[in-house]
Amino acid sequence: MTTAIRWQENRIIQDRIKRTIAYTIVIIMAVAYIFPLYWLLVTALKTDVEIFAQPPPIIPPNPQWHNFADSTTYIPFWRYMWNTIAISGLTVLGTVLSCTFIAYGFARIQWPGRNIVFLIYLSTIMLPSQVTLIPLYLIFKDLGWVGTFLPLVVPHFFGSALYVFLLRQFLLTIPQELSDAARIDGASELSILWHVMIPLMRPALAVVALFTFVQTYRDFLGPLIYLQNQQDWTISLGLKLFQNMYGAQWQLMMAASTLAMLPTIVLFFFTQKTFVRGIALTGLKG
Amino acid sequence: MTISLRIPRLTKRQRRSLVVGLLFISPAIIGFFVFNIGPIIQSLQYSFTRYNILQPPRYVGLNNYLFLMEDRVFKIGIQNTLYMVLIGLPIHLVFNMLMALLLNTKIKGLSIYRSIFYVPSITPVVASTIVWLWIFNGQFGILNEFLRFIGLSPIGWLTDPNWVKPSLIFMGAWFGGNTILIYLASLQDVPYDLLESAELDGANAVQKTFRITLPMISPVIFYTIIVNVIGYFQYFTEAWVMTATRDGSAGGVANSAMFYSMYLYQTAFQQFKMGYASAQAWILFMIVLVATLFLFKTARWVYYHAEN
Repeated sequence: MTTAIRWQENRIIQDRIKRTIAYTIVIIMAVAYIFPLYWLLVTALKTDVEIFAQPPPIIPPNPQWHNFADSTTYIPFWRYMWNTIAISGLTVLGTVLSCTFIAYGFARIQWPGRNIVFLIYLSTIMLPSQVTLIPLYLIFKDLGWVGTFLPLVVPHFFGSALYVFLLRQFLLTIPQELSDAARIDGASELSILWHVMIPLMRPALAVVALFTFVQTYRDFLGPLIYLQNQQDWTISLGLKLFQNMYGAQWQLMMAASTLAMLPTIVLFFFTQKTFVRGIALTGLKG
Repeated sequence: MTISLRIPRLTKRQRRSLVVGLLFISPAIIGFFVFNIGPIIQSLQYSFTRYNILQPPRYVGLNNYLFLMEDRVFKIGIQNTLYMVLIGLPIHLVFNMLMALLLNTKIKGLSIYRSIFYVPSITPVVASTIVWLWIFNGQFGILNEFLRFIGLSPIGWLTDPNWVKPSLIFMGAWFGGNTILIYLASLQDVPYDLLESAELDGANAVQKTFRITLPMISPVIFYTIIVNVIGYFQYFTEAWVMTATRDGSAGGVANSAMFYSMYLYQTAFQQFKMGYASAQAWILFMIVLVATLFLFKTARWVYYHAEN
């Protein structure tokens, strides 16, 4: 009896110790994860003298808020931002459109050979993009597309295997009776897709749209290869411009980097649930 | 499915659904041939040529491949990339798993921590790498400032060939929030009654983790390994931004941060040796293919619960 009570007491104390350790580590790690972003903001608010002060002030002594405005004129910031948003927006449009159709064809229509064709298609996920990079560049060059947004945008209108997979999984969970009932009423596949499926698919489509947007917004290699005129650059290429200038203006570079991060961070905070659901979905495919 | 392929005659209805089905997936079919199969074959063809864009490609047989065997920078690129795949990747995945296990201990404020760990992975790579460039700065960086503060001598995080790859791995951990959240989501799906009955049988936390939790989520672990192996073989942006110089070259001191994709990019788009770069691309293709097949062949440790 007493041993049982002692055992239980021990157990409560142990649990409390474990919990305290877990919290301590999580909080330390959280601070470590936030620190680079904090340091970015702090450095963006310093004067060009304070930047090089030793030891560096942890809190900016007199915050230079005008650095943000200055950074947007030091490089054509808004132009690059617009280019980035335009490319990302068109990419989202292309991906969502094409993947919806493709996923419908793989999930909701029974046709002979469907599964084997889907498996072959799915294997393209594992293809390293470097393998197709050079021939694609040469094709786009022949088409006269190099130096325009087209090579970055057009391929996305032809589907992306990962997102087709995600949407197909989602479509497979919708009862077949829904389609059958509509077919008996004489509805075409297109109208079933439009009137029945798309309203149901909205959560999954939101995941695809968000992930595609963030992925394109962050991209560096694609724009680096295809955007050759400085006025067409995306923000990621534009930030590199600071590095190429003599006597790098670190505080302006930090200010511009902060501004460049804002769209995805703000987007994340408004759509957290969709992100978390999407991450669970991508992980499920194992 | 193979049976249906072998049946030569389809009923009228089947034929109709075949046509409609193919119409719906037609963007995928076009994309598959125009953006995947076609370029793969073309890049193999280019790899046997010398091609600088200005003059038409000239057939040179296996020369590109033979030159690559002798190419010192190429060799360094492979070594550095393998370093990233064999050392950086396991460190990152184990670290991400530990973080996920930690977050799975029913702590309060989970959604806040989840956001904190995830946000870095959605920031533009160039923008966040620029901060790290400043943190790692040898003279004015906060890391060296800290080392000096505790009485250690500063480190050339990005300038010392021995330190640049560990520095990149260190920074890479910060970008791993996506994997943490994938692991966390799968950990939350592990049936609680399994863990509870193990506990009643006297299993401790370590035993529960290694005997139940990890096997239960092994398909997800396997998925993250596959995806990341393919991704780490193409490691580019972080290292490029970290080591870029004013004249447009990159790769760090003595090519200590020259990775496979960086050399491929330089060969193709700065030196315009399209044939030589295509040979590199094909070797990468083969390496990734072999690595992926190897992972699938040795996937006996992956446990699929539903199949039983």
